[in-house]
Amino acid sequence: MYEGAIQDLIDELGRLPGVGPKSAQRIAFHVLSADPADVNRLATALRKVKDLVRFCTTCFNVAESEQCRVCRDPRRTNEVLCVVEEPKDVVAIERTGEFRGRYHVLGGAINPLEGIGPDNLKIRELLFRVGTGEVKELILATDPNTEGEATATYLALLIKPMGLTVTRLASGLPVGGDLEYADEITLGRAFEGRRAV
Amino acid sequence: MHVRRVELTDFRSYERVAVDLDPGVSVLVGQNGMGKTNLIEALGYVATLDSHRVATDAPLVRAGAASAVIRCAIVHEGRELLVELEIVPGRANRARLNRSPVRRPREVLGALRMVLFAPEDLELVRGDPSERRRYLDDLLVARQPRFAGVRADYDRVVKQRNALLRNAYLNRKVGGTRGQDLSTLAVWDHHLAHHGAELLAGRLELAAALAPHLTKAYDAVAPGRGAAAIAYASRLGEALQADRPALEAAILERLQERRVAEIERGMTLVGPHRDDLALSLGDLPVKGYASHGECWSFALALRLAAYDLLRSDGIEPVLVLDDVFAELDGSRRERLAGLVSDAAQLLVTCAVPEDVPASLRGARFDVVTGAVSRVS
Ligand SMILES: Nc1ncnc2c1ncn2[C@@H]1O[C@H](COP(=O)(O)OP(=O)(O)OP(=O)(O)O)[C@@H](O)[C@H]1O
Ligand SMILES: [Mg+2]
Ligand SMILES: [Zn+2]
Repeated sequence: MYEGAIQDLIDELGRLPGVGPKSAQRIAFHVLSADPADVNRLATALRKVKDLVRFCTTCFNVAESEQCRVCRDPRRTNEVLCVVEEPKDVVAIERTGEFRGRYHVLGGAINPLEGIGPDNLKIRELLFRVGTGEVKELILATDPNTEGEATATYLALLIKPMGLTVTRLASGLPVGGDLEYADEITLGRAFEGRRAV
Repeated sequence: MHVRRVELTDFRSYERVAVDLDPGVSVLVGQNGMGKTNLIEALGYVATLDSHRVATDAPLVRAGAASAVIRCAIVHEGRELLVELEIVPGRANRARLNRSPVRRPREVLGALRMVLFAPEDLELVRGDPSERRRYLDDLLVARQPRFAGVRADYDRVVKQRNALLRNAYLNRKVGGTRGQDLSTLAVWDHHLAHHGAELLAGRLELAAALAPHLTKAYDAVAPGRGAAAIAYASRLGEALQADRPALEAAILERLQERRVAEIERGMTLVGPHRDDLALSLGDLPVKGYASHGECWSFALALRLAAYDLLRSDGIEPVLVLDDVFAELDGSRRERLAGLVSDAAQLLVTCAVPEDVPASLRGARFDVVTGAVSRVS
């Protein structure tokens, strides 16, 4: 245990995902010996992320204004809507360059073990968007694991009767994995080879 | 396939040991507690990333040491593969294949294929159905690795579905409405039936393929006491066929029938996680009827049958028989020796060398606390 501020910083860093006690200590002492201007920039970035970043009121992606960059882009089509679990999945799919439609970020997947049911996800909002009639195809791009598959099945059962095409990414994605860890080529091909469900 | 060399550092009772092995038979001789099983356990760990004796890694590391290392050179079809495993209790193991680190230790599975019979295997016969399901599933994965994924998916679905049912059960107890929690149950039913049918079909096919090997193996180690038989026992019905769509439909139908009971008990009551492998001798079930000796012979026969089946698939696993011959009388020793003497590699342990029949005299190693030396 160190005293005062340095221990506070180690404790806070240690609460971040993927940062163990040893790394927390290393980062804290790095910050202590770093140039004050660098530390200020970091502190500003931390404060700004909470102050400025919001969630897009249309698709629930992260945004810096009412709507995110994808929703504001007039060149993209409203006819295809891609449903993902997290904002980081939007980034992964954008990297493939294969998709020119819009997104809907659920904010997770159905996961009874963690007490997450349909009501805890942005599913009502999705149904509302789909209900306007503008969307022709819905792509279910939830993670290729148990919870992602269950969420995709749930949405397919709910939305198919509304008369639009519902597709799921093709296999080839690592089973039990996260979309964000799939490389651009694999994910791009899964996108191209999506199939109706 | 054979193990050419195994080196242990701080594994169990061994501080450092290196043993060079030849194809064919090797007999490890040592008094009780000298470390014969420890050596075999290390090889088993390379094959399965699991101990056949303990559920946690801590006992595998020599008392007082922080980590254990197993280094194992395996020769298969003329090519040598070096597997290195570092076991650090409470942390993820590290593995290297031919000196390059692998991302996940699981990637070394398949490098060494091994069938091990040990006294602990009596539990296969005497223990819970879960022991026999594990026996079937391990063999299924050894023959068709994709079933490792099927098993993991199925287990995960059961866990999630149980959580859903349990939440609904608890909610109902405090007077909540249950429709809301259970709105996703149909989805989990669908996935349970899908993965369950795939696993079930795999097990049914396996049990059918295994059955004649089992009868033959039991007859070899314990002749003249009635034929031994196995049959897959599912609550879905008798004489099920390995037809996935039909099994999926059967699971869905049974889920409907058991819906109320499942909600009342807050758990999944339908599916292959509730099945068993029925063992019988002559007209009688083994459980509750067979003698100690018969149970032991049956356990040995289950392992020998697995070995035989893998060989008939063209895989030549290493066969390990820990403390087997002391339990058998003279004529049965000879019969067992006849059954296994042509193994690509056979490792046998014993306390008294005379217990091992002359037809199995290969290389001999003496095991004395912490040291293994070749004597012939
Ligand atoms: N983690 C450990 N550290 C140190 N010693 C250990 C450890 N685990 C087990 N041992 C010792 O190893 C010995 C058991 O070795 P092992 O089970 O290989 O015996 P064995 O030669 O197979 O005997 P038997 O003929 O009775 O089966 C015991 O004396 C035990 O105390
Ligand atoms: Mg032993
Ligand atoms: Zn948006």
